[in-house]
Amino acid sequence: MADNPVLELLLRRLEAADGGLDSAELATQLGVEHQVVVGAVKSLQALGEVIEAELRSTKCWELTTEGEEIAREGSHEARVFRSIPLEGLVQSELMRLPSGKVGFSKAMSNKWIRVDKSTADGPRVFQVVDSIEDEVQRRLQLVQAGQAEKLAEKERSELRKRKLLTEVILKTYWVSKGRAFSTSVSKQEAELSPEMISSGSWRDRPFKPYNFSARGVLPDSGHLHPLLKVRSQFRQIFLEMGFTEMPTDNFIESSFWNFDALFQPQQHPARDQHDTFFLKDPAEALQLPMDYVHRVKRTHSQGGYGSQGYKYTWKLEEARKNLLRTHTTAASARALYCLAQKKPFTPAKYFSIDRVFRNETLDATHLAEFHQIEGVIADHGLTLGHLMGVLREFFTKLGITQLRFKPAYNPYTEPSMEVFSYHQGLKKWVEVGNSGVFRPEMLLPMGLPENVSVIAWGLSLERPTMIKYGINNIRELVGHKVNLQMVYDSPVCRLDIEPRCPQTQEAA
Amino acid sequence: MPTVSVKRDLLFQALGRTYTDEEFDELCFEFGLELDEITSEKQIISKEQGNVKAQGASDVVLYKVDVPANRYDLLCLEGLARGLQVFKERIKAPVYKRVMPKGEIQKLIITEETAKVRPFAVAAVLRNIKFTKDRYDSFIELQEKLHQNICRKRALVAIGTHDLDTLSGPFTFTAKRPSDIKFKPLNKTKEYTACELMNIYKADNHLKHYLHIIENKPLYPVIYDSNGVVLSMPPIINGNHSKITVNTRNIFIECTGTDFTKAKIVLDIIVAMFSEYCENQFTVEAAEVISPNGKSSTFPELAYRKEMVRADLINKKVGIRESPANLAKLLTRMCLKSEVIGDGNQIEVEIPPTRADVIHACDIVEDAAIAYGYNNIQMTLPKTYTIANQFPLNKLTELLRLDMAAAGFTEALTFALCSQEDIADKLGLDISETKAVHISNPKTAEFQVARTTLLPGLLKTIAANRKMPLPLKLFEISDIVVKDSSKDVGAKNYRHLCAVYYNKNPGFEIIHGLLDRIMQLLDVPPSEEKGGYVIKASTGSAFFPGRCAEIFARGQSIGKLGVLHPDVITKFELTMPCSSLEINIEPFL
Repeated sequence: MADNPVLELLLRRLEAADGGLDSAELATQLGVEHQVVVGAVKSLQALGEVIEAELRSTKCWELTTEGEEIAREGSHEARVFRSIPLEGLVQSELMRLPSGKVGFSKAMSNKWIRVDKSTADGPRVFQVVDSIEDEVQRRLQLVQAGQAEKLAEKERSELRKRKLLTEVILKTYWVSKGRAFSTSVSKQEAELSPEMISSGSWRDRPFKPYNFSARGVLPDSGHLHPLLKVRSQFRQIFLEMGFTEMPTDNFIESSFWNFDALFQPQQHPARDQHDTFFLKDPAEALQLPMDYVHRVKRTHSQGGYGSQGYKYTWKLEEARKNLLRTHTTAASARALYCLAQKKPFTPAKYFSIDRVFRNETLDATHLAEFHQIEGVIADHGLTLGHLMGVLREFFTKLGITQLRFKPAYNPYTEPSMEVFSYHQGLKKWVEVGNSGVFRPEMLLPMGLPENVSVIAWGLSLERPTMIKYGINNIRELVGHKVNLQMVYDSPVCRLDIEPRCPQTQEAA
Repeated sequence: MPTVSVKRDLLFQALGRTYTDEEFDELCFEFGLELDEITSEKQIISKEQGNVKAQGASDVVLYKVDVPANRYDLLCLEGLARGLQVFKERIKAPVYKRVMPKGEIQKLIITEETAKVRPFAVAAVLRNIKFTKDRYDSFIELQEKLHQNICRKRALVAIGTHDLDTLSGPFTFTAKRPSDIKFKPLNKTKEYTACELMNIYKADNHLKHYLHIIENKPLYPVIYDSNGVVLSMPPIINGNHSKITVNTRNIFIECTGTDFTKAKIVLDIIVAMFSEYCENQFTVEAAEVISPNGKSSTFPELAYRKEMVRADLINKKVGIRESPANLAKLLTRMCLKSEVIGDGNQIEVEIPPTRADVIHACDIVEDAAIAYGYNNIQMTLPKTYTIANQFPLNKLTELLRLDMAAAGFTEALTFALCSQEDIADKLGLDISETKAVHISNPKTAEFQVARTTLLPGLLKTIAANRKMPLPLKLFEISDIVVKDSSKDVGAKNYRHLCAVYYNKNPGFEIIHGLLDRIMQLLDVPPSEEKGGYVIKASTGSAFFPGRCAEIFARGQSIGKLGVLHPDVITKFELTMPCSSLEINIEPFL
């Protein structure tokens, strides 16, 4: 570090100094800018404990540009005085001098000069006294010499009002010897280089210590969306449990598959314009499986398969109405219908996770579209106990072990049950899913054998995701108003691991 | 799910004991109800209209209980208490009886004019009833709950209840021109014609929702007594003349509608619930209804139906092993009086008129399971052996998503529904060129169409995140929808992959490089040959002229890439150049 003489000098002075020294004083003594000394202090600090440096702030006075000019050349009034020859000076000429205007009035009030208006070529200015004391210049020179404290408070404030002086806060270092003080410091290497490795010079060189409390540089990377990370985990869980994925790539569905096939009557409130998006174009389904449609019609209007039916006039045109599917159960109905056509019957486990649409009132937890997760098992002799057993396994994989079941009503399942889990944060039971056994009025018209039961359950994808990632407003998660920073920062999704801090808000 | 609001202390009185909130919540849970909220009139008003308005309102504790949508028998305090008392085996389910009057039967004659507007009517009489203020309020509230639920906001059924002592039968249910109907409606002091009433009620926050049911019909339904007094103009309003009060002793109930089954259910429910307060408890006086064809029927039906269920079926469906006698006991607790008959495995179940929701053996199975206690059922795993398969399109999507992120692009998740403007005007297209499916009943412009391209969603995502450091690199792999007459519903989804690059420079080479990477991942070589891919100069309304290319792969056009047109950038409220790529990934399955 011999290339920095100030640093060398600083260390020598410090060695000789009693206790320590002030960086600003040192700068004055060495005749260098304060910043140069500060730079030397900082590079010494980076070496470890060579020196101790304590930051101090002191108030001091500094001349303004105009103040500096006056300290150098005298006050405006003094300059006016000196510019007047014995024979006097025409006032208009005097006013044209650089200090003319300001200096004239000051010199007048100091009674250094007078104006004679009787002269032929206009008013003329004459000196009144022989010599003057330029008090302003003297004072400013004192400040410049670092002796501002010799001036009275009143004198300083007068100079400040004339914008010749300003008060500044000076940040200085009080430098003292550190534990590893030495006057001979050698330059530390910042990084290992290929040359050092090949020459072996790294063996003899000291290396600058790393600041391990600083943050690293994040890699440039792409990111997966949190909701879809959770979707991947749910897919994984279903696949681990042996469930086959149903095709759900048909947002547009007929009322028939969305409602009628599920034994949901045509006057059901869900079929209202207020709850469901119907289509203007294409308004109606072009084809329906008519044999099956007739069985569905009969079951609704007259009953059959052991059912009383709903006893109303079932209308084909109502079933033809196209809509945006309101649940993925429409896709499950199609899958079960396909299964029923395969003879002999083979047991099946199905799942799907996809978008559904509701024409409902939007708020912080409800959007017009959301994702539904659905699991379905079709086999001989399935019981409610089986449904509960599967739900227990499924939710255990989500890290939810405390479950209880509440009787509920769904148009297409009977028995039906809502699944509740104990929420540690909220200290209460919250609904986490809905489930049931599909009604025979739905399954038998499809052609499934009479002793085959189908158990099913569903939940939303958004709700567990909001809880997992601590998101209160669904718009920050789904849709274009997403907070990309949140996407960038979101951790990987492990559903069976508790979130870092338990969330207390109730989502969805 | 309907919510029934009952006074806690009245409910406990009817239940013959008190509960803590937790105990009652537990009881509800077990029975399939939900104690949704504990509140008071005062709290409700203060929440909705502020503390000042709430001053002086009642502090009486109210329980708001969510009731399953098919249990019309639980929509009032009387029904709730009865259901829970039977469940807890503190009382036996009452037997509802229809009796003939000592004198002449009340008659309701339907004329043929009703056929086109509201063809069905049923009626009954509650004789010597004793109301109190609370009972009266509950009676009115039950009608409102029924109207909102099973009656589908009065469209299927409308209920009218009248002080029989102010009227004289027989009654006539007919339909007349609105200008020919004139009467003093409920709570009004003068007579109006039906036309005037329909106008007045347009401003009535409650009644305005029902006007549409008859508004455009040439004839309006109306019921008269033998003196020409108007009982009601269903489904809008009753007459003031026969208005019931706390002091009414004899009530004539008529239900008119377009759904005969539901009208009968509604009448059964009302009389079953409130015959409790008649001098002869649970006894209802019959009324005769004469159809336009002269056919006479007697109501209420109050029919009990018998179903035969095998005990082993219940055990097999629930997954329990209870004796037939125990199962019969469980069902009886659910108001389904049951006994073991025949070979000792048959259970005869009596379905009361209040349980119209029981239409199949599976409904009986559920009630047995509820009475057994869902949470007492042994959980078991089904032995269903299956091999899992992924849906190929989703499998490909999952693989590509990961590699898109590995390529430095961030995944967006945008709405499938959007405005016409998003997919047409803003991209320089006419909506007719898009093959988009249109929604008939959107509440706002955000839900006019299903998207035909993923690009607008990504551009809107960038617009909402303009403060983020550049460049922004986004992608989405999701479905778009277009009309397709070869599909049964006339529309088809396509799985698209879209990516955008937004920075101070257009970065076409970056989007182009991404395409090359995607093709590398899909194992499609750059080649003019049939198995390869190639891009060819093209045009597109969304792209800057000369900066657009069409992508051909596996012998077909799969999409386009290019630098977006400045007009498109501006219309999406963006300021920087942007390049994009959108392809259909289905050819790579």
